[in-house]
Amino acid sequence: MPVPTPFHGRTAVLCESYDWRSWAGYLAVSVYEPSHEREYYAIRNSAAAIDVSPLFKYEISGPEAARLVDRIITRDVTKCRVGQVMYTPWCDEDGKLIDDGTVARLGENLFRLTAAEPNLRWFTDVGYGLEAQVRDVSQELAALSVQGPNSRAILKQVLTGVDLDGLGYFRLAQGEVAGVPVTVTRTGYTGDLGYELWIRPSAAELLWDALFAVGAGYGLMPAGMVALDIARIEAGLLLIEVDYKSAHHALIEAQKSSPYELGLGWAVALDGADFIGRRALRAEKARGSEWAFVGLEVDWLSLEKLFAQVGLPPQVAGRASRTAVPLYKNGRQIGQATSHTFSPILKKQIAIGQVRRTYAAPGTPLEIEITVEHVRQRARAVVVQTPFYNPPHKKA
Amino acid sequence: MGLKYDAIIIGGGHNGLVTAAYLAKAGKKVLVLEKRYLVGGASVTEEIFPGFKYTVFSYVVSLLRPDIVRDLRLAQHGLTILPLESTLTPLPNGDSLYRDGDHYRTLREIARHAPQDAAAYDDYGRSMVYMAKAVKYILGIVPPDPTTYHPQDLLGLVEMARHFLQLPADQLYLLAKLMTMSSADFLEQWFTCEPLKATMSASGIIGTYLGPRSPGTAYVLLHHYMGEIDGAFRAWGFAKGGTGGIANAIARAAQAFGAEIRVNAGVAQVLVKNGRVAGVVLENGDELQANVVVSSLDPKMTFLKLVDPTLFPPDLVQAIHTFNARGSSGKVNLALDALPELACKPGPGRHLAGAISISPSVEYLERAYDEAKYGEFSKRPYIDCIIPSVIDPHMAPPGKHVMSCFVQYAPYALNGGWTDAQREAFGDAVVDTLSEYMPNLKQIILHRQVLTPADIETTIGISQGNIFHGELSLSQLFFLRPAAGWAKYRTPIPGYWQCGSGTHPGGGIMGAPGQLAAQEILKTKN
Repeated sequence: MPVPTPFHGRTAVLCESYDWRSWAGYLAVSVYEPSHEREYYAIRNSAAAIDVSPLFKYEISGPEAARLVDRIITRDVTKCRVGQVMYTPWCDEDGKLIDDGTVARLGENLFRLTAAEPNLRWFTDVGYGLEAQVRDVSQELAALSVQGPNSRAILKQVLTGVDLDGLGYFRLAQGEVAGVPVTVTRTGYTGDLGYELWIRPSAAELLWDALFAVGAGYGLMPAGMVALDIARIEAGLLLIEVDYKSAHHALIEAQKSSPYELGLGWAVALDGADFIGRRALRAEKARGSEWAFVGLEVDWLSLEKLFAQVGLPPQVAGRASRTAVPLYKNGRQIGQATSHTFSPILKKQIAIGQVRRTYAAPGTPLEIEITVEHVRQRARAVVVQTPFYNPPHKKA
Repeated sequence: MGLKYDAIIIGGGHNGLVTAAYLAKAGKKVLVLEKRYLVGGASVTEEIFPGFKYTVFSYVVSLLRPDIVRDLRLAQHGLTILPLESTLTPLPNGDSLYRDGDHYRTLREIARHAPQDAAAYDDYGRSMVYMAKAVKYILGIVPPDPTTYHPQDLLGLVEMARHFLQLPADQLYLLAKLMTMSSADFLEQWFTCEPLKATMSASGIIGTYLGPRSPGTAYVLLHHYMGEIDGAFRAWGFAKGGTGGIANAIARAAQAFGAEIRVNAGVAQVLVKNGRVAGVVLENGDELQANVVVSSLDPKMTFLKLVDPTLFPPDLVQAIHTFNARGSSGKVNLALDALPELACKPGPGRHLAGAISISPSVEYLERAYDEAKYGEFSKRPYIDCIIPSVIDPHMAPPGKHVMSCFVQYAPYALNGGWTDAQREAFGDAVVDTLSEYMPNLKQIILHRQVLTPADIETTIGISQGNIFHGELSLSQLFFLRPAAGWAKYRTPIPGYWQCGSGTHPGGGIMGAPGQLAAQEILKTKN
């Protein structure tokens, strides 16, 4: 039975659909209203508040904290200045992904990591013998993501002691709401302008109320996981257990993926300090990865044709799908789309997934399976760069 | 003589822009001439009162053809359609009828008023999807003329016959009824509940000079149901930034394809030399040359004003002269200091992000029409309100709001004519009517813009202020729009074309006339 998050007192009364799900054992709203549409457009056109408290949060401190973080993550933490945040995967000895999240450098010797799955044992094991402490602070921090083009205008009026105009993309600052300390990170899971707020759980509702008191005039709405899922696919962002399987959960080798195979090669610092999986990843880089991550755009005319055969317009709008479907080239399966959705803002059917390396170049035409009235069909699709949606205000 | 263009489009409304974009996409050198300071025609957003953006004339979108959105890459050019999923009909007794995307709640809400109507609701909805599917076909074709033996027309007629004959019998029967009945009678086949019938039948009178009991209005009902957003029929939406957002996206698409757009460039006259089009003369006297001139203006402007009508056959002139295009609706735009408070549903809420329809009963609407029939504006009009700033907060300063009120009836030919005093009296009638349902309205109005059909005519140039460029009656549709023999976007003058809402398939922000016209122009050796 999932348990409430620190925002539950506020989210529960707003969740008129009663559509909840379990996220890491917490009650998470799937959709507040009968339809997710307004919540999605709040993310894209105004602002949305998303309760992300179920994230696992770890604090790593001590004289050798940086060394420990460097051993865990694939990125080079020496390049992460105090006040900076980095998105990063982390791997096992074989260079296979365990999880991904953000690393925030709160101080010279103080880091906060977010994770989708429990990682305390792994981080502790990796840190054995180092002068660094790993603490699970998941229960000590409520987290609220405020995403959308109006998020900054709202937060400027809610938070004190923070220069939000000066706060760059993937940077953090400390501020206050009604005297309560809040950590602000300019991060999110939507590919839009957005911030994540980290606050002590007892003040969660206070933060919520302060946000909505100001936010109403800016179109702030609470948004659930259904809307978020569409936004994160548009942003080309991975979801654990959907787009990849954690090496710690995989039952067979084939279920594991390396960062290179998930489009995260840019986050692997082979030349930095040693980290878990570096040797394997160096070897993989030298010989080339078997799989590659791709974004796909489904050809609309081909989709329309498949549906027209049964007398329907394309029935694709709605929720994102987390059910993997096969990708084909010349009649042979060469990969799978792991997340797909109709993008309301782009008016396109899009997908992310993995294909055999040779089919990963942008512009490569492929075929994607689509079920039309219970019949498996194939629609034309083309490999494209991600993110699909990348508004200028994201980094502005 | 100025620069030479392949095509000059008169009027920068959405249809003119669509034609321009398609012609430019095909590699033509295209110029759009708009007399106002901004493009969009009736599809404009203007900051009439500082900080408040009015979606001045047209205000919602549904009919915009999905293939146009894709062909012109409008999403990439900034077109975003925000959802508008609920309709609230407040009632004079303080009750209301509220329908939204929560299907079963909507059924329970209807059942509260009339249990048997709730049982019929799905059946009606499905029937209308069938009807929309059946008729949608004609939105994408150039109307074949049944009186000629031209192979292309015959082929078109055969194809059309095949399309309609493959419909199941019950759908064909229903289609025949839909084409001939009044919207109220049509709806009474399913419903008894007054606010439900009235609110639905209102879709059958919007833009027409007819009442819900006038035969022919059932078709207009369907016209408003043929819209399709992301594969869902009858979905309505609000364009980000107002309807000006749509025009701007199409304009950007046209420009990206190489079209040139000139504002503050009204056309005085179309130049005709040796029996064919040669260009246009601007109001400032400049002459511009082109082999093709396309008018996106209404038929009366296209045939009777822009060109010397003596160049046309007298029967055509007569047909256009009597083309029924009486304006019947007005618009009131309000800047509000706060959210309006509804007597039936006080406080903020999702219902304010949808349509609010002042249509308590069919009789109410019919009475509103009665006054208009005899040359008066309705003292208690039908009003379709939306609060754009709730849907898109960028329309007004934080915490403030804009409200768009489409009002019917306001006859173009008002007894005594439209004067400033009459305009304000009309505005007062609208605000008084709304205040019966929104008690705080008068206290929160910061600014009011009242537009009569006469204002619509003078501001954006649509004859008689008819929002569809001409009544959507059976006698003025398909191969009869705008006139028999001239429904294929051509005119008797070679090189002179029409692409506005006065051509098939008609008005609304659909873009189909502009698209079909461009296709015909490109097919023809001009």
